[in-house]
Amino acid sequence: MHEHLAIETRGLKKVYGRGRTEVIAMHDATMAVRRGELVALLGPSGAGKSTFLTAVGLINPPTSGQILIGGALVFDGPDPRVNLRRFRRKHIGYVFQKSNLIPFLSARENVQIALELNGDSPRRARRRASALLQELGVLERAENGPAMLSGGEQQRVAIARALANNPSVILADEPTAALDSHRGRQVIELFRCVAHDHGAGVIVVTHDHRTLEVFDTIYEMEDGVIRAASGWVAAHHGIDH
Amino acid sequence: MNLAAKDIRHNVGRFTLTTLGIGMLLMIVMGMAGIYRGLIEDATLLVHRIGADIWMVQRDTRGPFAEVSRVPRTLAYRALAVSGVESAREFVFHTIQRQHHGKPLRMSVLGLSWPSDKGQWLPLIAGRPLAQNHFEMVADKSVGFRLHERVKLGKDSYTVVGITSGMVSSGGDGMIFVTVWDAQAIQFDTPGEAVRLERAARDRRGQSHEVFLSQPALTEQLARPAAELPAVAAPQLSAVVVRVARGADPAAVAATMSAWGDVSVFTRDGQEELLLQGMVDKARRQLGMFRVLLTIIAAIVMALILYTLTLDKLHAIALLKLIGAPNRVILGLILQQALLLGAAGYGIAYLAGQKLFPHFPRRVVLTNPDLVQLAVIVLGISVLASLLGIWRAMRVEPNEALMG
Repeated sequence: MHEHLAIETRGLKKVYGRGRTEVIAMHDATMAVRRGELVALLGPSGAGKSTFLTAVGLINPPTSGQILIGGALVFDGPDPRVNLRRFRRKHIGYVFQKSNLIPFLSARENVQIALELNGDSPRRARRRASALLQELGVLERAENGPAMLSGGEQQRVAIARALANNPSVILADEPTAALDSHRGRQVIELFRCVAHDHGAGVIVVTHDHRTLEVFDTIYEMEDGVIRAASGWVAAHHGIDH
Repeated sequence: MNLAAKDIRHNVGRFTLTTLGIGMLLMIVMGMAGIYRGLIEDATLLVHRIGADIWMVQRDTRGPFAEVSRVPRTLAYRALAVSGVESAREFVFHTIQRQHHGKPLRMSVLGLSWPSDKGQWLPLIAGRPLAQNHFEMVADKSVGFRLHERVKLGKDSYTVVGITSGMVSSGGDGMIFVTVWDAQAIQFDTPGEAVRLERAARDRRGQSHEVFLSQPALTEQLARPAAELPAVAAPQLSAVVVRVARGADPAAVAATMSAWGDVSVFTRDGQEELLLQGMVDKARRQLGMFRVLLTIIAAIVMALILYTLTLDKLHAIALLKLIGAPNRVILGLILQQALLLGAAGYGIAYLAGQKLFPHFPRRVVLTNPDLVQLAVIVLGISVLASLLGIWRAMRVEPNEALMG
């Protein structure tokens, strides 16, 4: 079963501070995301969504628990089992709310750099970057810098960069927060295509309830604990849980 | 992909201005070394150009460039009598300040030992050497005289018959070359009233002096031109310069002359060393200290600029780390920018220096060893200056990219 899972977390816990200042930001966070599955993570501000995302993304590792990506145990307890930066480069793609792109690189270069860092030659990386930008409908803006792109275009370029190295997992933290509802929906639908066409497990942290029917699965997070979406949310949007 | 170049392209205006600033700073550092070299070259130029093997000066003095030296004219003939001496020339040297076109003008006057020395050795860029023993001069272009210009110095006028280049004294004043006679006339020029008073005094002394009583024609000498007055007043030379015959040992010749009680004798190296140790040493140390300080300031300024440039990129650095960029990529980004900044600044310093230094009042001499030394220093401070930025960049956590 594990080989069908893009990502699996087991009892993740994140503790900040010690003693009297100790804060448990995430507790027993367990989740499994299949390849090609688009997952929404809902929850109020301060629920621990971003903590979960950065933990799963190996950016800010958890205090304890296990993380398996593509069936491989990459984090166990307080110790990483792999070189985190190298692993991130190859297996995880990120998309955020804003300031997603490196400001001094053009749209194409923002995608190309991810490929070159993974060992592709500049020529090959440029070709692949162009193909990804075309796939996401922003090839005509390839030579423009981030400052000259609209919010939606910036998110498309960021998604192209996240896809660059065919990652097992794509993590998105409120990617539609800075977009109007129309463009927000377009971006979420793009994530669904990405998940289905590229076979990546995609976890999207979102507050936008208007797009929830696009997702395959919805989780809710509150007070650092993850659980399947409440009956109301699932029933309202006709989603499995 | 070269991230440093991409970042510079993105901030080309700021990078250009920063590089210009660094370039100007480095130009001053470069100029300090050049002024120092110029000081040494100016100080030793005359000694080199005159080509004397031995300098004979007044006993217990340090020669004509360091202090006042007075030796009798007959010393040249005495020197010629020493075995191994090929030639002995009179040497008169002094600095004067006159008004020229309403502005003060300093110049160093060097007397040529006419007729054996007409200034053929001078590096002429226009005109000719001296062709008569009075009222002609060769002037360095830095003095500002034009060829064929008539210049009044004292009571006599001198025609500029030749122009040299790069002939300045150790004090940086342009030089003029006249015969020894004229040099002394210029040096001992006195106002007409003073001459008349002196003439009257001499006349009074003559009326009671046995020589003038027995030779009344001598009193007529007092009415001769100022240029010829020293003949009456037993003029003194600054030094006698000696060239040793081929095959003769300069040290042996100098030893013979040193035995004379009225002169001190220096070899060419000795005279040069005296010039450098006596006149240039303090200036050299002062310039050296300024150079060190400026280099430190340049390093601090570069470090601050690179640190600020790094601070501006912290979010981009966090993003790069987030997408898995290894530390060497981040380090390369900052270090390459530091080296580019240093290299471009150095290039601007060199080019601007080439344009500006010739207009400085004193010579600025850029030598290859000094340029290479500064290039190595710039390389060093570029690397050192980048350390602060690198240290800050290494502390950036990838999750800082999420903070917007």
